[in-house]
Amino acid sequence: MTSFLAGAALALSLVAGGVAAQNSNQNSNVAPAGGAPEVQAPVPEVGSGRGGVGGGQVPNSTEPQQPTGTPTAPQATVAPTPVAPIVAPPPLGERGQQDAAELELRALLRGEHISGRVSIPDAKSGNLIQPEGREWRAFHNRTLTWVAAIAVLGMAGLLGLFFLFRGRIRIGEGWSGRTLVRFGLLERVNHWMVASCFIILGLSGLNLTFGRWLLLPLIGPEAFTAVSQAGKIAHNFLAFPFTAGLVVMLLVWLRDNIPNKLDLAWIKAGGGFVGHGHPKAGRFNAGQKMVFWVTVLGGGVVAASGYVLIFPFAVTDIAGQQWAHMVHGVLSALMVAAMLAHIYIGTLGMEGAFDAMGTGRVDYNWAKEHHALWVEQELAKAHAVADIGQPQARAAGAD
Amino acid sequence: MARMKFLCDSDRCIECNACVTACKNEHEVPWGINRRRVVTINDGKPGERSISMACMHCTDAPCAAVCPVSCFYTTADAIVLHDKDLCIGCGYCFYACPFGAPQYPRVGNFGGRGKMDKCTYCAGGPQQDNSPAEYLQYGSNRIAEGKLPLCAEMCSTKALLAGDGDIIASIYQERVQRRGYGSGAWGWRTAYKEVLPA
Repeated sequence: MTSFLAGAALALSLVAGGVAAQNSNQNSNVAPAGGAPEVQAPVPEVGSGRGGVGGGQVPNSTEPQQPTGTPTAPQATVAPTPVAPIVAPPPLGERGQQDAAELELRALLRGEHISGRVSIPDAKSGNLIQPEGREWRAFHNRTLTWVAAIAVLGMAGLLGLFFLFRGRIRIGEGWSGRTLVRFGLLERVNHWMVASCFIILGLSGLNLTFGRWLLLPLIGPEAFTAVSQAGKIAHNFLAFPFTAGLVVMLLVWLRDNIPNKLDLAWIKAGGGFVGHGHPKAGRFNAGQKMVFWVTVLGGGVVAASGYVLIFPFAVTDIAGQQWAHMVHGVLSALMVAAMLAHIYIGTLGMEGAFDAMGTGRVDYNWAKEHHALWVEQELAKAHAVADIGQPQARAAGAD
Repeated sequence: MARMKFLCDSDRCIECNACVTACKNEHEVPWGINRRRVVTINDGKPGERSISMACMHCTDAPCAAVCPVSCFYTTADAIVLHDKDLCIGCGYCFYACPFGAPQYPRVGNFGGRGKMDKCTYCAGGPQQDNSPAEYLQYGSNRIAEGKLPLCAEMCSTKALLAGDGDIIASIYQERVQRRGYGSGAWGWRTAYKEVLPA
């Protein structure tokens, strides 16, 4: 009842300008003013029908009102309903107005959105203003460009310097002419599948960050769009084999990539890159383990953040997509830098290293030098097979 | 030349969505894409107000700044347009846009993004003015015909104003002065680094 009264008074005050609400206006009930809202009396009327003399009552005070019309029966006494005094709302001009500019500033400072309801089915368009779009822009145009440029060019520069001072790392005792199996067919096929995906993913990604400044002026807008469009499609498609390959890598190589005490010694000795002593290592040394974990963990996070971007709004809102892009961009750039080092040491940087992923067989002397413990294990396995005395069995390292 | 802007007087907007409908009809915007929408904030609460929002044609537009293929350009009237023949649908302009203006038809693999679509301020695109090719890609070009955007032209309460920034700002400020209140120009701080005294 209270709320009804308040509503009625509010309706009236809007009609009568808020002032009339204070006046007692009983007499007007006898002849209702044209256009006055027809509302019920707060006190139940007895014996006054709608067609009666006092048809439409207009309660406009908080006082309990006397029923009008001609009572035909004694009135039942009704206890007055306790009501809070109704304060007329202030005129529109004095109500607290939201200030658009201030809301925008607040949203920007707090990293919030100004959002509301929309009647179209696209619920995400209820986001009215998201000022942090400008922050993302600063990241994309400045931070990411610098991070990626420093990471990639810096790594290339370091590798160039390393090559100048250290040169190609030779096999200390020279080629032995005997080889042993290092990577099986599955391992090599999977490696090159992931590698080729990574190269195309990396180049198409770098193109999105740097192409506008480097490639676009060279080949013109139409050709550049053709390249970038193809790059985008390739980027979206190759994400899937890349991820699958990471899973295979994890399953195949995890066992040999658990960090252990030997890795500390390897790192302390500088991995044999500085100085001449070669620290002992099992199947994978600490450097290779780092490459493994950078690939699996870094690649995993890059892939996950990439899927958030391939499927817009499937997982997160716009802020989540901005974060996903930032993680994706920075980690990818760092991974490109890490893989440059991996490619260098696997090809130009070290004699005998490429064969591991090329033919799958490495030179015995190379293996002894870099993976002494692994060679011991392989030889022990080979001897064990040989000792059983099966003439047909060919030990892995025997030829 | 004018500096074209939009200004939505949220004290007048009644959320009739005529601007949304007019835009969709005028440009035959594809299903699922709304170049303009009406957002109601504080819905059902004190201080509820509706704001019609589309591309604000920002000064130093973030979309243009982040576009990897540089497909955006600004007309002499400071209208921000883009070339759909160059767009690759990467989504970057959407991440950068403070107003959620860029939208992408869901085409191709995995429901991925097609070429971006957004409000053109009824100014078409880089194709020949009012050619069928331009209409197909961007919708009609009212600016080339000397008309203002249809959404603002047919706003029943004249809440949505379009035109030269100085002129619509003075119209708005005159209203604020006469009626004694106003909540300011939504998005102007973000889009133009400019604040209208409310």
